[in-house]
Amino acid sequence: MKRREEYVKKRFNKEKLLQGNEAVVEGALYAGCRFFAGYPITPATEISEVMSQRLPAVDGTFIQMEDEIASMGAVIGASLAGAKSMTATSGPGFSLMQENIGYACIAEVPCVVVNVMRGGPSTGLPTSPAQGDIMQARWGTHGDHPAIALCPSTIRECYELTIKAFNFSEKYRNPVILLLDEVVAHMREKITLGDDRIDIFNRVKPTVPPEWYIPYEDTPFGIPPMANFGEGYRYHVTGLTHDVRGFPTSRPDEIDPFIRRIFRKISQNFSDLQIGESFMTEDADVSVIAYGCVARSAKRAVIDARERGIKAGLLKINTIWPFMRIQVEKVLKTSHCVIVPEMNMGQISREVKRVNKGDAKVFTINKVDSTIITPTEIFNRIREVC
Amino acid sequence: MGNRYDIRLSGSGGQGLILMGIILAEAIGIYDGKFVAQTQSYGPEARGGSSKAEVVVSDQEIDYPKALRLDLLLAMNQKSCDDYYMDLKPTGVLLVDSTFVNQIPIPRAYQIPFTRIARDRFKKEMVANIIALGAISWLTPIVSVKAIEAAVLARVPRGTENLNRNALRAGISAAKKVEKTTLLTPSNFLENEDT
Repeated sequence: MKRREEYVKKRFNKEKLLQGNEAVVEGALYAGCRFFAGYPITPATEISEVMSQRLPAVDGTFIQMEDEIASMGAVIGASLAGAKSMTATSGPGFSLMQENIGYACIAEVPCVVVNVMRGGPSTGLPTSPAQGDIMQARWGTHGDHPAIALCPSTIRECYELTIKAFNFSEKYRNPVILLLDEVVAHMREKITLGDDRIDIFNRVKPTVPPEWYIPYEDTPFGIPPMANFGEGYRYHVTGLTHDVRGFPTSRPDEIDPFIRRIFRKISQNFSDLQIGESFMTEDADVSVIAYGCVARSAKRAVIDARERGIKAGLLKINTIWPFMRIQVEKVLKTSHCVIVPEMNMGQISREVKRVNKGDAKVFTINKVDSTIITPTEIFNRIREVC
Repeated sequence: MGNRYDIRLSGSGGQGLILMGIILAEAIGIYDGKFVAQTQSYGPEARGGSSKAEVVVSDQEIDYPKALRLDLLLAMNQKSCDDYYMDLKPTGVLLVDSTFVNQIPIPRAYQIPFTRIARDRFKKEMVANIIALGAISWLTPIVSVKAIEAAVLARVPRGTENLNRNALRAGISAAKKVEKTTLLTPSNFLENEDT
């Protein structure tokens, strides 16, 4: 009997066995998300499913839209009206969302888009993991635009990075893309919720009276205060390149500062956006740079290698875009060889090679057979190259 | 690196393997307090196709979440038995649903007809997975009977508690009948178990 009481106590100690997708929902609700519009798709369905149960309880709104184009449109509209909003999808839906993601970039509307990566292209492999949407998260929508994308590899990170995704979107007035892979999204691990405090960032509102408000005015940080629709501040929102008042412009002297400003939002705050973790890289001869579920295999491979006397290390990158070149460059300088394992034909390895400048030899492991890269495969590569 | 205990539950889609994985992970992780990672792989079909759920148990944080060398393999059909028995450790335990698995590839195997018990005693084939969970809790040191019962009752739909409790007990008593002594794996997880 006593033991049963203990069980009950443990059960209510907020320790839960959560799936990655469920942890994303928990993180979103903690961050203050109150609007979700989406269209269910494997392997992201659970996010919609749980959101539809949880949002009404906190006075939020859940809408199942007719498709992903409309979902993204609804998310932008809700955000302009003041709600922290998000949507979740997988590859095919993410392709449909691209047009409106560009709209959110140019109109500077904060929102979070979760993309649970599945095998592609097209309908591809609905229930299998892949990491093929890395470049789509950067350049999926047309035109030159800033991008923020985060990628968790544990359930804890699913929760924390979702909160950070909302914070970044509100802070920088830019859509933030959360890239999960099928393994992380469907994996279950223990997580204790509410034991830590992550600060919540809410969008900066104008302090001037409505008639003085200039909606896209440049500021030292490059991020203009954002008025919610319906609060008395009237301004124009358009997908056309606009002047500081939000109306379409074709004057080069207005276009250039605008495009430069939306890039400056990210470049000026580059260090704030970098999230990653190094593991034994200080004295490593061979370093592995990995993300998502593969980072877990890599950690195991690094531990195995260390046990056999090989000086290996791991840099796990959580911020995919903007590419965290400061940490990567450090690893490239201290290691002789760098291995980039990923479940695509080489998307992050391209970036690593781009920033390399001949400091280290860069090797890749590219696996596209719909199964996760195993620790043995990474370990064997470590042994090969060192 | 910690002591890993890798479990794979395999069979065909619709047999309730993923739910089993979740319940098992919840029992071990939440009620017995160890580190767990539960993963799954299945096809796009609702029924049929092959399906598997994996649970990795450790006394410290788990890096690689999928099963490596198996300590326990549950095979609910012949195909999964044939496909995965090679992944067992030399000390690993094979548990098969003898309703569907007729050819046993290795001598170290427990055979219990989960589906037939479900059909005959409960008139519901879908409780075969809960019967199997009962057998697992009795035959392996990895999870206690109490924990599995608490986890099952917390997960199943309201109104089916008695059915599932009885199914679990049927699994335990079926497990008691099969040979037990020679197959138990020595494991560090044994230490704190009282079942």
